[in-house]
Amino acid sequence: MLEAILILAGLAIIFGLLLGFAEIRFKVEGDPVVDRIDAILPQTQCGQCTYPGCRPYAEAIVKGEADINQCPPGGEVVIQHLADLLDVEPKPLNADNGEEKEQKTVVIIDEQICIGCTLCIQACPVDAILGAAKQMHTVISDECTGCDLCIPPCPVDCIYIVPLEPELTAWKWPLPAGEQA
Amino acid sequence: MTNAVGRFHGGLHLEDHKACSMQSAIVAAPLPEQLIIPLLQHIGAPLEPLVKPGDHVFKGQLIADSDANLSAPVHAPSSGTISAIEERSIPHPSGRAEKCIVIETDGKDEWPGDRQTYKNYQSLSADQLRTIIRQAGIVGLGGAGFPSHIKLNPGQHQINTLILNGAECEPYISCDAMLMQERPRDIINGLKIIRQTVNARQCLIGIEDNKPAAIAALSNCLNDDEKQYIKIITVPTLYPSGGEKQLIKLLTNLEVPSRQHPVDVGVVCHNVGTAIAVADAVIEGIPLISRTMTITGGAVNKPANIQSLLGTPMRHLLTACGLDDHKLQRLIMGGPMMGFEISSMDTPVIKTTNCLLAMDKQETGEPQTALPCIRCGECAVVCPAQLLPQQLYWWAKARDFDKTQEYNLFDCIECGCCSYVCPSHIPLVHYYRFAKTAILEEERDRIKSDRARDRHDFRLLRLERKKQEDEERKRKKKELLKKVNDDKSDSKKSEIEAALERVKAKKQATRETEQSRDS
Repeated sequence: MLEAILILAGLAIIFGLLLGFAEIRFKVEGDPVVDRIDAILPQTQCGQCTYPGCRPYAEAIVKGEADINQCPPGGEVVIQHLADLLDVEPKPLNADNGEEKEQKTVVIIDEQICIGCTLCIQACPVDAILGAAKQMHTVISDECTGCDLCIPPCPVDCIYIVPLEPELTAWKWPLPAGEQA
Repeated sequence: MTNAVGRFHGGLHLEDHKACSMQSAIVAAPLPEQLIIPLLQHIGAPLEPLVKPGDHVFKGQLIADSDANLSAPVHAPSSGTISAIEERSIPHPSGRAEKCIVIETDGKDEWPGDRQTYKNYQSLSADQLRTIIRQAGIVGLGGAGFPSHIKLNPGQHQINTLILNGAECEPYISCDAMLMQERPRDIINGLKIIRQTVNARQCLIGIEDNKPAAIAALSNCLNDDEKQYIKIITVPTLYPSGGEKQLIKLLTNLEVPSRQHPVDVGVVCHNVGTAIAVADAVIEGIPLISRTMTITGGAVNKPANIQSLLGTPMRHLLTACGLDDHKLQRLIMGGPMMGFEISSMDTPVIKTTNCLLAMDKQETGEPQTALPCIRCGECAVVCPAQLLPQQLYWWAKARDFDKTQEYNLFDCIECGCCSYVCPSHIPLVHYYRFAKTAILEEERDRIKSDRARDRHDFRLLRLERKKQEDEERKRKKKELLKKVNDDKSDSKKSEIEAALERVKAKKQATRETEQSRDS
């Protein structure tokens, strides 16, 4: 009887030590689920989800504060991926957050009208606008995510949304006729 | 002449329809009034034009190039004047219009003067040959048009076998067969130049056994010395024996592993047409400005093989071969298995145009509606890449692209065998093309969003740093102010203390004098 108790107690101590060691040795820095959600999000940094960027939205999803259907730039594809990752049912995009764009867009600045106020530069979440005070500004279109955050602050309305024409090398075969696109 | 040593999985016996276009010798197409040269003709970076509207160009003059290594320049196919650089419809499955250089020909077809030729190419180094081949704008003329100088640079790999692809397995196409019959010497010369460039031990020329005339012409052309290292190998007629990996299996019994290239197993494979282009470029100094192609199909009265200048509008060539507009149902560039539909006959021919197939009603057949997959497994039986087409179809349809890659979607060579045998008439290859391009798009999007994340993170870092720096500055200023105040008060204190001391001392002194007076 005493033997059995001692053996079990000994085992419990050994495994307890092992587990304790493993927790210290293999400690995961940060929150891997947030990273994985952040990797799915389109990084537009537009704030349409009501959070100040993609990562805060990812954190809010993990905390259970936000739903998976609040990202209009990501649209259905992102919702599907998030649903797969979190093992929940996909749902349609929340219309309160905005609509999914049919085509990717970027913005351009009409340099004739621009007065060089730098307000758009301060609004751009990815530093894709180049310029200085009282100097003409321009958009680095390769870096523009199409978030349109620079448009409201512009005092002279010289920023326009233009559809992004994909290059021929980026052309995508459509689904066969009769399939739902 | 020997027989194939290996065989590949699956494949199809198809009616070849080649004889009709092989009745007469290759003829040169008449010079068109206008040549349209797209700036993006094949795999690789788009080119920058080096001429502007109004310029006069000579035949063979370089008109567009790119700094990117994965690209090949283009040359003016004939002399004339640049009339525009504008968007024209180009041969591409999208049917899109893209930037093209338009040349109004002057009919003189004149070269700028003497061409740089290298009759004694044996003395040139591999690097020199690759440079000449790149400058001549040569790409693989068999199908996809991969820039040849890249395939001619094996790098660290030791090349054991150089394969010349003369299988030409797709129905209707006969241009390679005609070239082998008519220009065997040029093919052997091109082969020797390529061999010198990649330093290959042996050369194998693979030809399907339905082309006895081509096999005979090439065999008779070889001299005793060349026979030491060049072997002509007959392969059974079975589609798609001309696929690169399939032909390598047939000729060497080597299998190129998934996601690897022929160089990884010590093999380089080129098309016979490419060999002629290489010989022309090095020995004659002629860049790639024309190519031989098959014009065939039920809607043309005189099917033939034509040597056409690049940039010639398709209508011009089809008319020369007696196109019957009423019969034409569908115009295909390439063969019936792997080609794609061309929507406008004003589209020019490009470096990769190996065949124009003008189909009549009988050839297109009745349009078939796709029925549900019945899981018969016929597609897996015929797949030359040993894939599971029905599984790939299933996952592509469901847009589960991770799964399609698990089932090796990118090993699919889009030969069309699966769609051909499918009893439910499912356009299987179309689904695979959709899935492949969708995966590539996701990959591009991922790279772009990673960059956006980095830039956003950097911005946050920058703003944070600025805030910290501002606070630091404020703090320092406050400290400085405090210090100054403290210093001031310190000096005052000491002054007061000193004064008090003095007063104290004075009082002490007076008291002492008073005491001494009292006593």
